[in-house]
Amino acid sequence: MSGAREAILGSVRRATERMPTGVVELPGYRRALGLDPAALLDRFAERLKDYDVTVLRVPEAQIATTASARIAERGIRTLLIPPEFPEAWRPSGPTLVPDSGQGARELNEIGGVMAGCCVGIAESGTIVLDAGPGQGRRALTLLPDYFLCVVLARQVVGLLPEAMPRLRPAIDAGRPLTFVSGPSATADIELNRVRGVHGPRTLDVILAG
Amino acid sequence: MSAVTYETEALTGRDFPERAREELRDSQLRGNIRKATTTIRAKTAEVTGELPDWQDLRRAGQAIKREAMRDLARNLEALEANVSRAGGKVHWARDAAEARWIITNLAQAAGAEMVIKVKSMTTDEIGLNPALAAAGIRPIETDLADMIVQLGHDTPSHILVPAIHKNRAEIREIFMRAMGLDHLGDQPTELTAAARRYLRERFLSAEVAISGGNFGIADTGTICVLESEGNGRMCLSLPRVLITLLGIEKVLPRFEDLEVFLQLLPRASTGERMNPYTNLWTGVREGDGPQEFHLVLLDNGRSRILADPVARETLHCIRCSRCLNVCPVYERTGGHAYNSMYQGPIGAILTPQLRGFAEAGSLPYASTLCGACFEACPVRINIPQILIHLRGEVVREKQATLGGRLGAENLAMQGALAMFEYPALMGLAQRLGRVGQKAVERDGRIDWLPPGLSGWTASRDMPALPPQSFRAWWRSRRGRP
Repeated sequence: MSGAREAILGSVRRATERMPTGVVELPGYRRALGLDPAALLDRFAERLKDYDVTVLRVPEAQIATTASARIAERGIRTLLIPPEFPEAWRPSGPTLVPDSGQGARELNEIGGVMAGCCVGIAESGTIVLDAGPGQGRRALTLLPDYFLCVVLARQVVGLLPEAMPRLRPAIDAGRPLTFVSGPSATADIELNRVRGVHGPRTLDVILAG
Repeated sequence: MSAVTYETEALTGRDFPERAREELRDSQLRGNIRKATTTIRAKTAEVTGELPDWQDLRRAGQAIKREAMRDLARNLEALEANVSRAGGKVHWARDAAEARWIITNLAQAAGAEMVIKVKSMTTDEIGLNPALAAAGIRPIETDLADMIVQLGHDTPSHILVPAIHKNRAEIREIFMRAMGLDHLGDQPTELTAAARRYLRERFLSAEVAISGGNFGIADTGTICVLESEGNGRMCLSLPRVLITLLGIEKVLPRFEDLEVFLQLLPRASTGERMNPYTNLWTGVREGDGPQEFHLVLLDNGRSRILADPVARETLHCIRCSRCLNVCPVYERTGGHAYNSMYQGPIGAILTPQLRGFAEAGSLPYASTLCGACFEACPVRINIPQILIHLRGEVVREKQATLGGRLGAENLAMQGALAMFEYPALMGLAQRLGRVGQKAVERDGRIDWLPPGLSGWTASRDMPALPPQSFRAWWRSRRGRP
């Protein structure tokens, strides 16, 4: 269909040839939130809670014990663990299932998943997964109905523009990004927000450090 | 399979006012729409108001879109090169028929009997579902509202919440019939759970998914899809083959531009600080997601719109739907009166440009020009200005035909033009008018005119001509200080 390609590009060129050129100056929107570290984490936790996310704030050394207790409370018996998941985070209690390239049907039978992330964005309560170490392929954090996510304090930034430089390496490496802001939800029925449609219905966050 | 088809105004003779009159009779619909628009307005006002730099972000969004359009050919070539480099295949479609042909062939080549779909107005625009069905491929809409519309053999009435005209009892009926259920409650949680059960098996077994896209990033070849329910994640990461249909105007030059648009879109759209899920992927990644990725770039009138210096900013639209929620006309008529998958103020400028004035020429008049849409738009599209521009185009197109040139409207307007050009004619008309209005004037107002002129007074009155015109008064005081 090279005919279509040339035709479209040709008419686009004709349509735009008289448009003014020159460098476009972007207005001075905020590039940083400018909160001190403690206030930044408070903001992040507060925004997550607005999405009905349970936030557990603990020192880094207590990630495994906190996860074990939480998973027991949630009644999760099988827990999916992505590749390169930190040894020190491994919870005790549930059967840990490593990613062995299972198909979607097998993943669908697993009760929960625990994973890390690439960056947390305080202002919007967003966690970005970049398919890096401790996160793995996208299906892992999608099919199990329960998602326990570990966010380290040093991964939290204020605004989206602060997160972009941290996301660029994954994009350049051809890895997908998934922005997660609370559990899946819909407001399609009379605008009532209902939590949990197709993605994990429950999202807990361990905010560590 | 329900086929979304829209009537042609020139063929049916039914225009926006006529369709609006019908919709206005439905008080349930008006109630649903009013509740929806009021609720979303409050939410978007809150989350846009809490950002001290909201206006700067809007201006940045406008500036980036202008740049993206100016360099569109180069951006499209870069997008194509980067998608190809990452293992994707790029296809170009001049119009709806070509896009349908490409996508149907791809789905057939993949051996699909059904495809799962993520909410995409562009696939509605090209009439994809009926084409797939005709080729023996069953399209399954996976967005909850699109599912309600599809299973109910209905058409969408709102860009963001297409089933907003349906209440929970109606949705329950639709689901029970389509899913073959004997029992189902009407609580939103129960209805949502039913959709989850119904679709999960289809997500797990589908070989092919079809999506639209919110943004295509030229410098990286990345496609971006925003969603809420997780149906997008399912479609974009589970099937073996993914086909994405993207309007050529959805291209952004740089990955970093997303830092502006991912703040603007959710806050203006659903009134959330961020939508639950945003998906970004680049071509094909081994061991993660679809192993075959096709990007179909669609023109379908967009390059023609781009050539119009006034109307081209129509293409900046990021489909947030905020202009619908603030529009006093949309709030009363609802979406079906617009006879399009794009409704409200943006639909009133986009639909006639995509489909032509013969099909949708009454839409530029479906507005009071109050300007609320311009103020609300996250990328500052001057919708009122484009509406007026298109009204002028509608008239020029009518004047190009003999019937239009000799029509009552044109004759009246040409008469008015002559009158304003020649003072003597103006004076004569005013004198005649003052005599003529005696029969219909009451307390300085005219609220009834005889047939032929009654169209004006059917829904509004007008001030009567005053006893003395300004020019007569000016002459009478000549020579005085």
